Amino acid sequence: MKKLIITLFIGLLSQQLIAQVDQSLLKDDRSDSLENAMNMDALSNRVYATSSSPVSIGGYLEVDYKYIGEDGLTDGHTFRIPRVTLFITSSISSRIKFMSEFEFEEGGEEIAIEFAAMDVNFHPFLNLRGGVVVNPIGAFNQNHDGPKWEFVDRPIAMTQMLPATWSNVGFGLYGKMYKQDWAFGYEAYLTNGFDNSIVTNTENRSFLPASKDNKERFEESSNGEPLFTGKIAIRNQNIGELGLSYMGGIYNTHEDDGLILDEPRRLDVFAVDFNTELPFSDTYIVGEWAWVFVDVPNTFTQQYGEKQSGGFLDIVQPLVDKPMFGFEDAVFNMSLRLESVDWNVGTFNETGGNIGDEIWAFVPGISFRPTYQTVFRLNYRYQEQTDILGNAPAKTSGIEIGFATYF
Amino acid sequence: MTTRKIQSACAVFLLVAAIYSCDSLIPEAPAESDLLDGPTEGLSTSEQSRFLKGDIAFNDEVFTPESGLGPVFVANSCGSCHAGDGKGHPFTTLTRFGQTQPNTAPDVSIGGPQLQNRAIPGFKPETLPSGVPSMDFTPPAVTGLGFLEALTDQQILDNADPNDSDSDGISGVPNYINPPSYFIPKPFHQPVGGQYIGRFGKKAAAVDLLHQTVGAYNQDMGVTSTFNPIDPHTGLSTDPEVSDQTIRDVVFYLQTLKAPIQRDADDPEVIRGKQVFVSINCSSCHVPSFTTPQSDIDALSNKTIFPYSDLLLHDMGPGLDDGATEGSAETFEWRTPPLWGLGLAPESQGGEFFLMHDGRAKSIQEAIELHGGEAQQSRDDFVGLSDADKQALLKFLRSL
Repeated sequence: MKKLIITLFIGLLSQQLIAQVDQSLLKDDRSDSLENAMNMDALSNRVYATSSSPVSIGGYLEVDYKYIGEDGLTDGHTFRIPRVTLFITSSISSRIKFMSEFEFEEGGEEIAIEFAAMDVNFHPFLNLRGGVVVNPIGAFNQNHDGPKWEFVDRPIAMTQMLPATWSNVGFGLYGKMYKQDWAFGYEAYLTNGFDNSIVTNTENRSFLPASKDNKERFEESSNGEPLFTGKIAIRNQNIGELGLSYMGGIYNTHEDDGLILDEPRRLDVFAVDFNTELPFSDTYIVGEWAWVFVDVPNTFTQQYGEKQSGGFLDIVQPLVDKPMFGFEDAVFNMSLRLESVDWNVGTFNETGGNIGDEIWAFVPGISFRPTYQTVFRLNYRYQEQTDILGNAPAKTSGIEIGFATYF
Repeated sequence: MTTRKIQSACAVFLLVAAIYSCDSLIPEAPAESDLLDGPTEGLSTSEQSRFLKGDIAFNDEVFTPESGLGPVFVANSCGSCHAGDGKGHPFTTLTRFGQTQPNTAPDVSIGGPQLQNRAIPGFKPETLPSGVPSMDFTPPAVTGLGFLEALTDQQILDNADPNDSDSDGISGVPNYINPPSYFIPKPFHQPVGGQYIGRFGKKAAAVDLLHQTVGAYNQDMGVTSTFNPIDPHTGLSTDPEVSDQTIRDVVFYLQTLKAPIQRDADDPEVIRGKQVFVSINCSSCHVPSFTTPQSDIDALSNKTIFPYSDLLLHDMGPGLDDGATEGSAETFEWRTPPLWGLGLAPESQGGEFFLMHDGRAKSIQEAIELHGGEAQQSRDDFVGLSDADKQALLKFLRSL
């Protein structure tokens, strides 16, 4: 009886909702075809489980298993659910949209609003976006959905040097223009920025992701200075896409309540990203490299570097592209990731010797996509990491198995 | 069998094979003798648990301004100075000054007794007053210290020869130190006029590992505790920034870190090198072995150890006289540094040697040649060795 009442209630509610819907809003009014999509469209071209109403709900899930060891020691078998993400999008009118992404990381230990913005379309080359925006530094920060990637782990440089996923409150403009096979896009935002923690943190290195722990950044700026993030990108249908981006501003709390606490210190980040698909082999190549410059007081410890650089290169080769296991659009891929980060580029004041604090990794893998939205991944990871003194590297390796799927 | 079944079977096989081959995918562990870190053998499970807590506090805990760092400091974690528990790098060399005569209090009116040469953002670090003599200390290895702490004062005094009564030119003396208020003497301590024998530090200015640890938190990191609540920046007391328990865990960790293990001990050249070491009288100060007495920690009890040190002060000559000192040591006197772990020094010093108290020697040979004072004769004997004997001696030292 209870089930019957609930069923009737849901049925009636659905009828009411449909009756209130402006049917014109049900159209997919994305101005771009997927062929024209650029990295900047990653947040708006997502897969949604429901898209037949003004409110679309979707998301993705990532689950993995790891057996990783360092220099003969291992924590054994580990199963993780690194993140569950919910997307909610609403078409307020044909040219006003609300889009959002809520992330539940590590079993809900961390819940974050990664993206919650209103987009107003004035012209394809002039759109206003405001709210919690994902800063367009590099490509991965915006294009970070797990099911899009053939690797269990996110790139180290993009998550442990750049702070992907880095979002903040602010406003900005974006737009695209096309000419034949070419597309050009731009994005420019002013948002709240970073804080002192990027050079005073327990990671013992300059560490931009430390500012993600400051939830107050959604309430107020740490220093009243806006962070500028801008990106330009160009894409040719037959060649690929190249993006150049910059993020910078004053990061520290240099003044509070009229009192001067420190001199203003800048953070500047530059990134270049590209992706292409080789026409003769369907090989997909995507990469990104970034440089971070932090004004660290020269009387502070050199443990916190003034310059960092790092990035990754992914090569994905489809091997079998035919129905498999009963899935019509299945693809079996072989993949390889090469990645590297130097968290402290420079030399010691005391000896002139190179400062270490570096990592590089080599991650071959295979992946199976029964559909575009779902990927099963098996990676082998080998990495070497040196400490700040450049002592013999800690060697880490093992296997990572997981899946990620949109829903 | 259908294609679909074959594909499924292959996929399952691949997955199972990957999981079952896990262990072979893990990098091999380095040989135990190539590592300085790790617990001494024989710890109980509860002691291993304490060791782990201390390990985390020592190697993983990084202080920030929010957690008590500074505002002036030298390093922001124990591990910054003692990577892998080994010898440190000039990057974290510290400077002490203010005392130029033995048995006098440091002149704190000019700053010090340790230079905090770094500061958190917004603060200015300390600078060395012009013309003041100072000593630079490169961080030492911290392994095997519990065994040295377990030795009785009498065992140390047995090697002392302040008047050189045996006329061998070697006259080791202990550094008598005014202990801190929290020092609790053990039955084996033999105070003289309220002062106790220092064992740790370049001048043997720390009586025990608690003294050494509290001093390092306070002077190296600017972190106050109930043991020493005085902030080195203001000279005023402040709330404790590290708990008693954490300090005691770190002390226990230092007490129970294993002693370095000699490598290639059976190599004929190493054996011959050891003979040369003894023949040119290096072993008068770098005393090869001790046997520990019964200790509070069973794993440290009744063990024969090979530190190659007498823990005594020796005149090292004018070349190593920095004009500053600690406790009852003369400015030209230095505690014999233990040689165990010497060959592994580059593993924690960024691939290079930075030897002697301030890291000035870039090789073992250079370090030997910098010896003077009581060690002058041994140094001269080393220079006069045949190349073969010299190489054997150096190989022996690298094996430690």
